This record gives sequence, structure tokens and C-alpha cells, in this order.
Amino acid sequence: MKQYIIRRSSYSLLSLFLLSLTIFFFVRVTGDPATLLVEPGASAADIAAIHQRFGLDKPLWTQYGLFVWSLFQGDLGQSFYYQTPVFELYLDRLPNSLLLAFVAMSLSLLIGIPAGIMASVQVGRFWDGFGKLFTLLGQSLPSFLVGLVLILVFSVYLGWLPSSGAGTPLHLIMPAFALGWYFAASHMRLTRSSMLEVLGSEYIKLARLKGLPQSMIIAKHAFKNALIPVLTLAGINVVVMVNVAVVVETVFAWPGIGRLLYEGITFRDFPIVQGVVIMGGGMIVIVNLVIDILYAIIDPRIRLES
Amino acid sequence: MSTPADVIRLPSPAPRFTALRTFRIGDFPVIPVLILGVITFAAIFANLLAPHNPEVGSLAARFKPPFWLAGGSTEYLLGTDQLGRDVLSRLIFGARVSMVVGFTAVMVAGVIGTVLGIMAGYIGGWVDQVIMRLTDTWLALPALTFAIFLAAIVGPSMWNIVIILGAVYWTRYARVIRGEVLSLKEREFVRLAIVAGCSKPTIMLRHILPNVINSAIVLATLMLGVVIVTEASLSFLGVGVPPPEPAWGLMLSDGKQGLMVGYWWLTVFPGGCIVLMVLSANLIGDWLRVKLDPQLRQL
Repeated sequence: MKQYIIRRSSYSLLSLFLLSLTIFFFVRVTGDPATLLVEPGASAADIAAIHQRFGLDKPLWTQYGLFVWSLFQGDLGQSFYYQTPVFELYLDRLPNSLLLAFVAMSLSLLIGIPAGIMASVQVGRFWDGFGKLFTLLGQSLPSFLVGLVLILVFSVYLGWLPSSGAGTPLHLIMPAFALGWYFAASHMRLTRSSMLEVLGSEYIKLARLKGLPQSMIIAKHAFKNALIPVLTLAGINVVVMVNVAVVVETVFAWPGIGRLLYEGITFRDFPIVQGVVIMGGGMIVIVNLVIDILYAIIDPRIRLES
Repeated sequence: MSTPADVIRLPSPAPRFTALRTFRIGDFPVIPVLILGVITFAAIFANLLAPHNPEVGSLAARFKPPFWLAGGSTEYLLGTDQLGRDVLSRLIFGARVSMVVGFTAVMVAGVIGTVLGIMAGYIGGWVDQVIMRLTDTWLALPALTFAIFLAAIVGPSMWNIVIILGAVYWTRYARVIRGEVLSLKEREFVRLAIVAGCSKPTIMLRHILPNVINSAIVLATLMLGVVIVTEASLSFLGVGVPPPEPAWGLMLSDGKQGLMVGYWWLTVFPGGCIVLMVLSANLIGDWLRVKLDPQLRQL
């Protein structure tokens, strides 16, 4: 077990290292990073100050050392627009993003799991076909489009829901749906295949031999086991949602991390853009690590595998 | 009381394609191919088809609705936008942007991913380790955020977007291709080629590559939809194709302001185009996947 955790953690460390290297490299490959890190139209003195601060006149490996060192201290740079550290801005917005992600995730599970079960019970019949259509639409409709159509219908024509902003539960409904839509399709697909796998197993055959009714087999025996991979995926997807919500948050002016990223783009505030990417990539690497370790604790086959 | 034979109902084998039969004649996805054909046609002959200049409008003709609504005219079939530009012409020229970006980005990603995938799979050892670690790391980065980050560095332009999308999406090819190569390289014909004295580059190029090209094509079709959505998202956020170029994502982003006052045609038409194109690409990709590569069905 200890060995497994050490090996798995070292992979993650390597990933984080490559991640920082990628970001470091890309910022420098296109020219003088100082031009990205100062406000447009900054004076020569400001640029010189940035050179000084990040050691841009030093050799590359020293620069990289400084870059990583500042990351370790939680220093993602200073936003031009807000004049505050990017890390603080990020933490300010994180609760909003998490709230949106949790609601969107709940919605997507509420739609995806029952639809997946229906499809698996009815392989090849109506609900299965319906489910496939749903998956296809989920993959093909970009979330900003779903968002705009929702606004058109529920805000402009029906006037039931507020089109943007945050504050009341009503503000959450449309963004959560627009964000959860894509994930509902992927949860449906996984529920279906996972249910099919469980339904083909020996213990379900035994339950059938005992003469249990179909509903009982599905609800009591198959459902619980089939749910494990779906919930794992959902756990990872909450983190993914926080990071892909930029479009939805822009459409609905939801004050989360995605919106912060959008502000970073429109105000040409590069430290924000860089900070959000670093935090996003880091979060996903770490969550994957935690989930793999939890899996190893639950399932000995994984940790004993070479 | 029922006999055991009635009780044991094993799940019937998963049928090949049941959904969306209506979209096909026999097995062939006719409607998706037609739709993509029309869009391609519009993209190629945009200059001849478009009734107006897509980038120049007349401010006197702002926010004209489509021709069938009161206030619309047949001069502007699908209405005009906030600068008085013809929506239909912009849609037609937008097809060109989507097509060019979609196809070239998929090709760029495909070439990088296939080359690295073959190298990782065939050479193995530290080459494999380095390439796959890099692939995993890049996969961990949320694609859209990563693309925004790159776009913020290099600045918006159509060709930059192509390169960015290629740089973000090659990882998916690398993963799949590497897996295929791992099993291919144990096969007889590869061993015979080694015995015959072929060099490593020759084997990779002449014996491995032709065998993974099918998978690469299937992946490419499936990626086309993803790439087009990402391009539209980037343009929508203002880091994609720069204005006044008529990209569908950009049109949506412009149309957003008019939405609350009821100028729905500025949103619905470009949105509809994106959906049709992505849906068609996905359906054709699914069909090709079944046709060309049974192993990829679970992808």
C-alpha cells in the first residue's frame, strides 16, 4: 500500500512538474514575457521592474526556479485590473463556482442515472434509443448555445427566470442546467454500460434464479453496484465543471472562476489567465491522485498490480 | 408458477445501431453527409453565394428581422445585425471559417498525435515514458481553459486558433494510437520485417502507420465536432477568430446583447448552424467508427 501511494504520488509530482514546465515554456516561447505581465502601455521602467522581479535577465533555469518557488508560496502574481493578488481573487470566486458545480452535478445525476437505468433495462427498445439521441445532443450542443436558448425562452419570452447575475436560488437554475447538460449525457452513458455489466454478472443470474421480480433485482441488487463508477466519475467531474464553466458563467454573468477568467481575457489581465490555468490543472492532478489512492484502499487488486 | 426458463432473462446482446435510424438509409448516414456537403459547398463558393459583403453593413439597415416577419425584406433574407450586416452572408462566410479551422486543426492534432503515438508505442522505453507522461499531463489540463491560455499568449487570429487547437487536442490521438501500436508490434508481419532487416523508421512508416490510419481517421471525424465547438467557444469569449471576420461563435457573442430585446435571429441562426454541423460530424464519426474499426466502439 505504502509503495503504491509513493509511486502514484511521484507520478502526480511529475505531472505537476510538467504542468509548470509547459506553462513556463509557453509564456516565454512567444517573446518577452514582461510584455504579457505588465499592463498594456506600461512605461519602460515598469517593464524593467518586472524583469527585476521575475529575474527575466537571469538564465532560464534560474527563472524557472523562481517561478516554481513563487507558486509554492501561493503567489500567482498581481492582477492589473483589481490590483490584488490573483490567488485571493481565485479564492474569492471559488465558492460560487463550487456552488454552481454542485447544483449542476446534482441535476446531471438526477437526469443521467434514471435515464441510464431505463436504457440498460430496455436495450434496443424505445428508452435506449431515446437515451442515445439524448447522448448525441448532449455532445453536440455547446453549452453557450444551451444557455442562450434557455435565456431566450425562460427570460425573454416567459419571463420566469432572471437572465444573469447571482444571489437567489432562481439565478442558479439556468446556468446549472446549461452546465449539467453535457455531463448528464456522459453520466447516462456510463450508467447504462455499468448497469449492463452488472446485469450480466453471476449474482444477478442467481437472483433471477431465485425468482426475484425484475424491479427488485434492478433496485436492490444491480443499482448499487452499478453506481460506483458513476459516482467516481461525478466526483472528478465536479472539479472539471469548475474549470469548464467559463462559457456558461460568461453567458449568465455568474461570478465564479470562469467569469474571472473571462474578465482576465477582456481586460487583457494576463496574470489572471495564467493563475486560473495553473490552479485548474493542479486541482485536477491532485483530485485524480486522491481518487486513485481511495480506489487502492477499497480495491486491493489495484495496489497489488505491478 | 413460471418455469425457470421464463425467469432467466439475460440481457439481450447490445444491438448495433438502434437509435437515429431515421437519419440513415440502410446504414449510411445520408442526412448528415448532405448537411456537411451543403456547408462545405457554402464554404467553397461563399464569394458567389453570399448576397452581400459579410463585413460591411449599412447602419440604416440595422436589426432588420428575417423576411417573413413584419419589417423584414427579401433583400436581407435572414435579417441584419447590430451593424446592418446581412446575417445570411455572414453565415455563409462563417461556414468557411468553421470548415477551415475545423479540418486543419483536426489534421494538425492528428499528425502530431499519430507521430508521437507511434513513436511511444514502437520505440518504447524512455521515449514512451516521456511522451505518455506529457500526454497525461496535457490531458489533465481542461482543454478550453488551456486553449484560452494559449490564445491569450499568442493573440487571436484564425491560424493561431488552428495551431492552438492542434496543440491542445493531439493527446487523444496519441493515447489511442499508442495502444494500437503496442499490440501491432507483436504481430507476425512486424517481426518478419525486423528479420528482413528493416530499420525502425521504415517499420514505423511502412508497416505500422498504414495499420493505424483507420483509427486516426475515425478519431479525426469524432474530433471534428469537438474542435468546432471549441473554436466557437473561443470566438464567443473573444479569444478566437477576431472581428470583423464572420465566425459563427463570434456572431453568437454579438447576438447575445440583442437577445434580451428579442432580436432572436442573431442567435438562433448561427447557433443552428453550429449544432447542425457538429451533429452531422458526430453521426458520420459514429458510422465510420462502426465501419472501420470495431475495436474503437467502446471509445
